[in-house]
Amino acid sequence: MKTINLTECTVRDLNQALHDQTVECTEREWEVLEPKGQHNIACGLDQNISVDIKGPTGYFCAGMNKKAHITIHGNAGQGVAENMMSGSVRVKGNASQAAGATAHGGLLVIEGDAGARCGISMKGVDIVVKGSVGHMSCFMGQAGSLVVCGDAGDALGDSLYETHIYVKGEVKSLGADCIAKEMRDEHIEELSELLNRAGVDEDVTAFKRYGTARQLYNFKVDNTSAY
Amino acid sequence: MCGIVGLYLKNKALESQLGELFEPMLIAMTDRGPDSAGFAIYGDEVPEGSIKLTLRHANEDYDWAGLAGKLKTELNVGVEWFNNSKVAIFKINTSDGIAEAFITENAPDVLILSAGQSIEILKEVGLPENIAKTFNLKGMKGSHIIGHTRMATESAVTMEGSHPFSTGMDLCLVHNGSLSNHNRLRQELQREGIVFETENDSEVAAGYLTWRLQQGDTLNEALTNSLKDLDGFFTFTVGTRDGFAVMRDPIACKPAVMAETDDYVAMASEYQALTTLPGIENAKIWEPEAATIYVWERSSDEGVK
Repeated sequence: MKTINLTECTVRDLNQALHDQTVECTEREWEVLEPKGQHNIACGLDQNISVDIKGPTGYFCAGMNKKAHITIHGNAGQGVAENMMSGSVRVKGNASQAAGATAHGGLLVIEGDAGARCGISMKGVDIVVKGSVGHMSCFMGQAGSLVVCGDAGDALGDSLYETHIYVKGEVKSLGADCIAKEMRDEHIEELSELLNRAGVDEDVTAFKRYGTARQLYNFKVDNTSAY
Repeated sequence: MCGIVGLYLKNKALESQLGELFEPMLIAMTDRGPDSAGFAIYGDEVPEGSIKLTLRHANEDYDWAGLAGKLKTELNVGVEWFNNSKVAIFKINTSDGIAEAFITENAPDVLILSAGQSIEILKEVGLPENIAKTFNLKGMKGSHIIGHTRMATESAVTMEGSHPFSTGMDLCLVHNGSLSNHNRLRQELQREGIVFETENDSEVAAGYLTWRLQQGDTLNEALTNSLKDLDGFFTFTVGTRDGFAVMRDPIACKPAVMAETDDYVAMASEYQALTTLPGIENAKIWEPEAATIYVWERSSDEGVK
């Protein structure tokens, strides 16, 4: 295992060392010490390696991740795992706003709470939050799933496209065009698998499903005549 | 962009280290605001019936002794003073506004940065590190302190446009964000008698709170009303004689993180600014919620409420 202490080198040095693994993987396990809330830690990785970050991180940690498995042993700042393509990111603490923003794939697990706009404009990522999520979560979500074991804040799923949302607790309010939907067998199965992948033990029957009503402008075939 | 930071001590034993604890917090926010910085520190109170003024003159060699002498002889009041760079702290044993009026009339090139029993405001254009050094922030004592590192958007990069802004007794505000209705609101507040020194949007927020408090609002009520009347993006940290408050607008785009231990409550735009605080590893850390008011106040003799 390779250990890098961020009080002894810059984030740029760390990221370069991790990017060097893309060409030839010489070290599978990495440990990052004393991150102290710095931004852009372990961004743009593209290799099947594991990175354990021992402490709180700043903005955009694990952004654009591909293949790598990144664990943050602490809280994460804004935009953790933003635009992730594949692999997995696990936050042991809480995550700030815009966790998993625009992410296309992979699995993001937040063991604490997530702030506002969790999964904003998500495009295929699966996000499992053991705690609660803040307002405007899943805004304009396009694909993938968001699982919330706690509560959701205001305007959940506003202007949603096709993301599946599962919430166990209270939803403060639903956003435009987001509605509660029936939990069918295939949804129970999907949710069970998501919880299993995230290593979260919850009763799947206690969750409600939310999704798009498909009533907004983009869903109306009549509007195609404008083009 | 801008960075804001605040530190409120619950443990009085730490008061002698307030500046030392706060300096790295302010400097950590340099990336968010490298063009100017400032802070408002509370402590070293003057008794009821006296007033403490933070005065500033563009010339570092300004004759503060002369001004103090004039105040003493012409107003027949006691004056204690010391100066720190371009700023001087005057402690005057009258509180009915005559000292401020006298200074405005007889020393029009002296700017009154703050007035109250506890507050002192120190701010300049330049890197936070240099400003901390200029004023010897490290050596300062007090009960609480709020600071700001500025990346200017709505008005010029000048000392006057830098934060904190104070428009009322012992009240000051630092702001990260931008207000969109500040012009109209400034006009309305001017009609109510609030005086503004700059074109800055954040000064309008400070003026608004001063006006609400004059109308009899508590700090909590004033902040609740501001959610209705201010349009724009903001995270505010507000200092008062007894404590401090944090509030974010209902959209909450502008960041804020808080930490609390038995010894202190701290806020910052980013966690990076909190990493040097003692016991931060085990502190309760959270993001203040949108449109929610967080207030810490100490009553005069029982410590924290």
